[in-house]
Amino acid sequence: MDFLDEFPSLGRNSLRDIKKAIDASFKGFSREYGEALEAFFYPLLKFMVWFEKLLIATPWPIILLVVGALAWVGSRNIKLVAGSVLAFVVIGMFGMWEDTMATLAIISVATIVCIGVGIPFGILMARSDRIQSMITPILDVMQTIPSFVYLIPVVMLLGIGKVPGLLAVCIYALPPIVRLTNLGIRLVDADVMEAATSFGANYKQRLWGVQVPLALPNIFAGVNQTIMMALAMVVIASMIGVKGLGVPVLRAISNQYLALGLMNGLAIVALAIIFDRVSQQYGKRLQKHREGGHGV
Amino acid sequence: MVSDIKVSIKNLYKIFGSDPQSVLGEAQAGMSKADLLETHGHVLGLKDVNIDIQARGVQVIMGLSGSGKSTLIRHINRLIEPTAGEIIIDGEDVLAMSEEELLAFRRFKASMVFQKFGLLPHRTVEDNAAYGLTIQGMDKAEAIEKSSYWVKRVGLAGFENHYPAQLSGGMQQRVGLARALATDAEILLMDEAFSALDPLIRTDMQDVLLDLQSELHKTIIFITHDLDEALRIGDDIAILRDGAVIQQGSPQEIVLNPADDYVRDFIKDINRARVLEVSSVMESKKPRSGIKVEKTMVVEEALQISNANDNKPLIVTEDGKAIGSVSLEAMIAAIARPEKDAERNPEYR
Repeated sequence: MDFLDEFPSLGRNSLRDIKKAIDASFKGFSREYGEALEAFFYPLLKFMVWFEKLLIATPWPIILLVVGALAWVGSRNIKLVAGSVLAFVVIGMFGMWEDTMATLAIISVATIVCIGVGIPFGILMARSDRIQSMITPILDVMQTIPSFVYLIPVVMLLGIGKVPGLLAVCIYALPPIVRLTNLGIRLVDADVMEAATSFGANYKQRLWGVQVPLALPNIFAGVNQTIMMALAMVVIASMIGVKGLGVPVLRAISNQYLALGLMNGLAIVALAIIFDRVSQQYGKRLQKHREGGHGV
Repeated sequence: MVSDIKVSIKNLYKIFGSDPQSVLGEAQAGMSKADLLETHGHVLGLKDVNIDIQARGVQVIMGLSGSGKSTLIRHINRLIEPTAGEIIIDGEDVLAMSEEELLAFRRFKASMVFQKFGLLPHRTVEDNAAYGLTIQGMDKAEAIEKSSYWVKRVGLAGFENHYPAQLSGGMQQRVGLARALATDAEILLMDEAFSALDPLIRTDMQDVLLDLQSELHKTIIFITHDLDEALRIGDDIAILRDGAVIQQGSPQEIVLNPADDYVRDFIKDINRARVLEVSSVMESKKPRSGIKVEKTMVVEEALQISNANDNKPLIVTEDGKAIGSVSLEAMIAAIARPEKDAERNPEYR
């Protein structure tokens, strides 16, 4: 009866041995390759430091101008432009300018990295069902595993700082752009693809001439999602030494400063809304050719 | 006419299923579509198709949906891989081509027009028309310049910068046609190209095609389920049923000698006066006087001429020489329903 009452688990000793072995092998790995990895990420680190300094050193009126201009290029909507600029003015007035610039820097770099890595993987995934079935579970893990769990190996490998922070953000923010690139390509009208094939288009010509352009609205939704998820990671990233709006939030949590937490939290929300609306408007404009009507 | 075969389809089989090769032998031995599905779970798409297609003519392949006609046309440029057989075009077997040879074949030798148009929605009319040329590797400006001639020829001048979604179905298919013509391919594959259009526009597009063909003399392979369309544009018609060719011949032959009840059903409702030529209803006696008509004139026209001339018999000529005559009664009898119906319903006589 004992057998049924208690699950026949591995013994305490063997479990401890397994954990020890895994820890030891990872420690060995990080001792062996930690420096090489750091060297590998060094250019990225330099770029992040440079970009953050640039944003902070630039006079605030120029930043406001750039924000307004980007919002206009993206949305062609004067209300959105006004709203974006106003949000930044309020952020500045409440003394969060520098933190906001730091957050903006890491979000921008994370988004660029995710686009650079995610779109090729999405394209690869769309190429065959086998690759898709291999990558999908990895994406599932990346999205669902508690972020603290992968913070451990990241910190073990790279210590505390901008690069591990960026890595943590990217692990969380990468899946949507991969998924939506894959989905967008797979959703391209089979009739259009067949026509392209019938005219002798090879894989490259079909990919860049038909699939990617027609998948752009979906790819863009993926970029939008990636930015949102990167923003959601700001607070957690600040736990491993990333500067920005997450740091005061973290301080507010540990000291129960309601106002400080609220202000910085709302600044993150404001950034998120601006990014979201502008990029969605841009995505909509990409679909202009779909508008019907026999206009002459 | 000297036979000049452009495309020769030989013993073509297509079986859909998990392991087509395993059941190919039985299909070749003559197992029917229903039996093959029942015993092996494979679908017989094409069954021993043999068609010789004349150069510079319009070959119509017709059949109802599910007869395999769209599958067949996709074998000609290998959008679908065959299970067995050969398709010889200018002495070369398309089905044995390497990847590169196939790309070159699709780029330069055969272009296609689709039922659902298959236009690139994110590109303008002129970009779409130039698509085949840019795929060939032509510089974009040059391609647009060259294809703009065809955009004008199909009647889309002034619409160059519109997007497909801004055009009606008929106009979209004109873009499809311009795109296919722009590559200068000798073979034009048309997969139910006009079936999605409403009847008036369809007739319109048929006129556009016939007009272009009288000048270009391409080898056109035209898929349709509409017999009126087939009779109107086809020089030769192959009728497909359950993946097999059940009759091939000129429109005249099909209407006069339907191979079986399936074909007879098809031709039941067509306008026979517009298909039958006077040569197929004439008598050999040659009257001295009368209006002369060429032997390839269709009965519909001859009827009008006879009617305008006191219903007198007409003299049928070939190269200006009288070869027989045709009376009003004979013509009316010919355009009445086929004999089988007439026997059942004597009042038609």
